[in-house]
Amino acid sequence: MFNGMDRRDFLKLIGLGAAVIVMETGNFASAADKTIAQDTLTFLQLSDTHWGFSDPKINPDFAGTLKKAIAQINGMKSQPDFIMFTGDVTHTTDDPKERRKRMGEAREIIGSLKSKNIRMMPGEHDAGLDNGEAFQEYFGKTHYTFDYKGVHFIVVDNVSDPTSSIGDTQLQWLSAEMEKLDKDSRIVIFTHRPLFDLYPQWDWWTRDGAKAIDILTPYKNVVVFYGHIHQENHHMTGHIEHHAARGMLFPLPAPGSVPKRVQLPWDSTQPYRGVGFRSAVPKTDGYGYVLTEFPIIKA
Amino acid sequence: MIDWKYLFRIAAVATAIALAALAVVPSFPARLSAENISPVASQGNEQIIRITAKRFEYMPNKIKLKKGVAVILNFTSLDRHHGFNCPGLGIRADIFPGQANNVRIVPQKAGTYEFHCDVFCGGGHEDMSGEIIVED
Repeated sequence: MFNGMDRRDFLKLIGLGAAVIVMETGNFASAADKTIAQDTLTFLQLSDTHWGFSDPKINPDFAGTLKKAIAQINGMKSQPDFIMFTGDVTHTTDDPKERRKRMGEAREIIGSLKSKNIRMMPGEHDAGLDNGEAFQEYFGKTHYTFDYKGVHFIVVDNVSDPTSSIGDTQLQWLSAEMEKLDKDSRIVIFTHRPLFDLYPQWDWWTRDGAKAIDILTPYKNVVVFYGHIHQENHHMTGHIEHHAARGMLFPLPAPGSVPKRVQLPWDSTQPYRGVGFRSAVPKTDGYGYVLTEFPIIKA
Repeated sequence: MIDWKYLFRIAAVATAIALAALAVVPSFPARLSAENISPVASQGNEQIIRITAKRFEYMPNKIKLKKGVAVILNFTSLDRHHGFNCPGLGIRADIFPGQANNVRIVPQKAGTYEFHCDVFCGGGHEDMSGEIIVED
């Protein structure tokens, strides 16, 4: 049974010398020790696939990395309940025709996932130049809600407005959606950018993210999953957890660790270093998620 | 015959108009931090630093200022909507083509402050940045 990580999958990864970290909201533990009820919700988060990016110095396998990840996921014994793509599905282009071509190609590749329960949201590379027009043509709405196994999921779009803003209209929608829920509902928010000021010097923030956090704060059980920064990051605003995912194509430096926010170059001694995807499984006590990070395995 | 009095009057009026145009109540929402910026009205004698934005650069992208000395940052865009965000100095501005925006600042603390475009503008957006160096 696929539950965050199948034990055999895990052992296989270890056998291949891959580095896997399982994080239980602050507590690191061995994946092999995990025993999770079979009916538990499991979802995968894939982020920042940047389809159309083509710099071999950064990732010489720019056309193959996403396909490798999909092969890994399809090869798992059991499939997740759903797979969430948290934005920057495509790499930006000024040409609207090329943008749509990339969207179409990405949709086709993603369509090869065995799981057909795929949820999409845009990043600024997908939506920042046309307010999400092309993205909506190919992938549908940019903000929406859905429920799964007792968890309420809310997708918040903080990229279609190129000023890194959610905007008052969507904030009102978010507020109205939250008001429908009990204060102790299990709630997951998906965004592309961090809602909090992670590192505004690198544009790693949402201009009106504090307003969204104010809306979420009265609710006891809220976890935010986001992308954009191409690395894991775990942060708390009050009782709300914020978990950034690795990118699928290249890593970025830790916030403020270097003068410039530049893509980290490919390291042939450690191919696919810093890229991958994750699974999330609600903890059995009802609060927080067991996160399992999956590296990309060279076929 | 030249009417010098008339010419002087015209020159005085023109100067007054020019100074009024520079009397910098920022024409865009600027966040001003109490620590580093003195959001006071223009005295009319500040140095004007013209900053041009275009995809994906600012010209100039290195700006040297003196601590405690007021300057006016004059922003224009040559192509599209850009942003100017300098979190260390608490300045953020929208820059639109054909619309000059001014902000007066008095940096209060020496240091190097990075600024960047915070309005997504395309493939080189992440590289559109620069720094303000405030010297003692």
